[in-house]
Amino acid sequence: MTEAVVPTLLDKSFGAGTTAADRDEAARRRDEWNAARTSEQPQSFWQATLRRFATNKVGVVAAGIVLLLVLGAIFAPLLTSADPLIGKPLDRLQNVGSPGHLLGTDEQGRDMLARVLYGGRLSLLAGFVPTIGAALIGTAIGVTSGIMRGAVGTVLMRTMDMLYAFPAILLAIAVGASLGPGLTNTIIAVTIVFVPPVARVAESATRRVVVQEFVEAARLSGASTLRVARTQVLPNVLNDVIVYASGLVGVAMIIAASLSFLGLGSAPPAPEWGYMLNSLRGMVSVAPLVAIVPGFFIFLTSVAFNLASDALREAMDSRL
Amino acid sequence: MSLTIETRAAGTTTPAIAPALRVRDLVTEFRGRYGAVRAVDGVSFTVPRGSVLAVIGESGSGKSAMLRSIIGINPPTTLVTGEISVGGRDLQTMSPRDRRTARGSDVSMVFQDPLTALDPVYTVEKQLVEAIRKHHEGLDKAQARQRALELLELVRIPSAAARLKAYPSELSGGMRQRVVIAMAIAGRPTVLLADEPTTALDVTVQARMMRLFRQIQRDIDMGLVIVTHDLGVAAELADEVAVMYAGRFVEHGTATQVLTRPSHPYTEGLIEANVRAGQDRRPNAIPGAPPSLDQLPPGCAFAPRCRYAVSACWDVRPITQLVGDGHSSSCLLAS
Repeated sequence: MTEAVVPTLLDKSFGAGTTAADRDEAARRRDEWNAARTSEQPQSFWQATLRRFATNKVGVVAAGIVLLLVLGAIFAPLLTSADPLIGKPLDRLQNVGSPGHLLGTDEQGRDMLARVLYGGRLSLLAGFVPTIGAALIGTAIGVTSGIMRGAVGTVLMRTMDMLYAFPAILLAIAVGASLGPGLTNTIIAVTIVFVPPVARVAESATRRVVVQEFVEAARLSGASTLRVARTQVLPNVLNDVIVYASGLVGVAMIIAASLSFLGLGSAPPAPEWGYMLNSLRGMVSVAPLVAIVPGFFIFLTSVAFNLASDALREAMDSRL
Repeated sequence: MSLTIETRAAGTTTPAIAPALRVRDLVTEFRGRYGAVRAVDGVSFTVPRGSVLAVIGESGSGKSAMLRSIIGINPPTTLVTGEISVGGRDLQTMSPRDRRTARGSDVSMVFQDPLTALDPVYTVEKQLVEAIRKHHEGLDKAQARQRALELLELVRIPSAAARLKAYPSELSGGMRQRVVIAMAIAGRPTVLLADEPTTALDVTVQARMMRLFRQIQRDIDMGLVIVTHDLGVAAELADEVAVMYAGRFVEHGTATQVLTRPSHPYTEGLIEANVRAGQDRRPNAIPGAPPSLDQLPPGCAFAPRCRYAVSACWDVRPITQLVGDGHSSSCLLAS
């Protein structure tokens, strides 16, 4: 039985005429309502991220495109029977959409669809691996020097600055040339090119974060430097790094392409989008549609990856 | 335009009958990718010239969102509907350009934190002169400087001439807040909105700030809407007090009516939660927390926390009713 409440400041007659049964009913509904609030299970971070990601149409479509490109590269032999390396010289430069050659043929009569699919194996690797590798290494270096400051920070960041002083492509050529040709070496070269800029981004983000009071609070509650870096600094730095790194995928493919053009990357006749773009360059006036196919795929991968990582970053942002 | 700060009667272009601020059915909705939230839900009020409305309520009740909607500085994903007229001019139907010019000269705002409202890389003078010249384009630099000095004197800054050359970091919190106020009234606004202007200041300065607001407001005859957590501020400064909960005015009346004879359980709770020196009773907290705006209870938004609630409170969203002369309450049980 819910007792009548005596008003303290409200008019003494406030609530007069209400019955105890009525108040009981209200109390019951309050408990019910409160129970409904507390029974809502809080979602885990990744569940919530996934749920938010799923509501972002652009992000889902972009992620779908990235996935299709990857699957296309993996299952290339199942998707086309044409040989990407050997063509029929008689069928040279067939236009896009010609019978038997959905994307046409190149200057040696090789099927473009097959070359694009197989080429995805090299190009996607050359685009993604250095970006992800550089993001990991660069973030580690940036966060370390951002937190340590002092001698460690200075040495790390000035080393980065030294590398940064070289034009990207020149540095890639220098590293690529000293390592020798091949896909693995291309990936290593491009990774080295990307580490300094990522480290810079991570370092400036770290400097911004470490002075904030929640970091101080973590220190005060006895967290070690490593723990502070991992639990307080890293999640706040990741945002900036992801934004920056996602833009590097397209650049990585272009640099890899330039290296193979110079004979430092994957060697012809292996299909690689950048190399294909280069070798078809001369055919632009003869078969323009065919010539832009590899460029289109580089563009598509880069944009799709950008949009997908943008959506991921937004979905991860708990401040929304 | 004369260089002195004119007092009432001088140079008002709008009819004297138009209230400083009139708001009808203001609704503010923040739309995100993950749903819309109604922060202000049908608020109406009028502030005459020379009068003060204090809006009190817990954090998240929509007080700040309301002020930002009135001056029009919400993010672009916000939907604001309803009538907002300042000195008889409807801000909502204005072109964005007119609306921008109206800011500062028709309606102006003082923020909570005086530290971040001033740009640390410019002197007080530079920032004041900028604000002044924006509203009085005819003024040359020397005149604007003169006017800046007058503004600082108006907000009672001692040795104003010396303070003009100071950087914000060289001033105390109270001084900074005075400068911010001086900037806000540089365009002689019809109505000034103040979003918790004393929260960041220390207690001794707060009282002086309150007096200052009163003085300035009389000096330039403007309407003042002040948002605050502090019932003392409301009691001292306000002619009218509105109590906001979950985006609505649940009680509205003169300061005396609302603060001494409340007619909504939420107002009673707020007053009881207040600590007053030299008083025997302990403050009583209102149980629970304000509801999340995207999961409001079906009836009265306050029902889950209300000790008087009856079952009807869970069924019906209460409408606002008059409980006295100019005193309204939206509680089913109020009469």
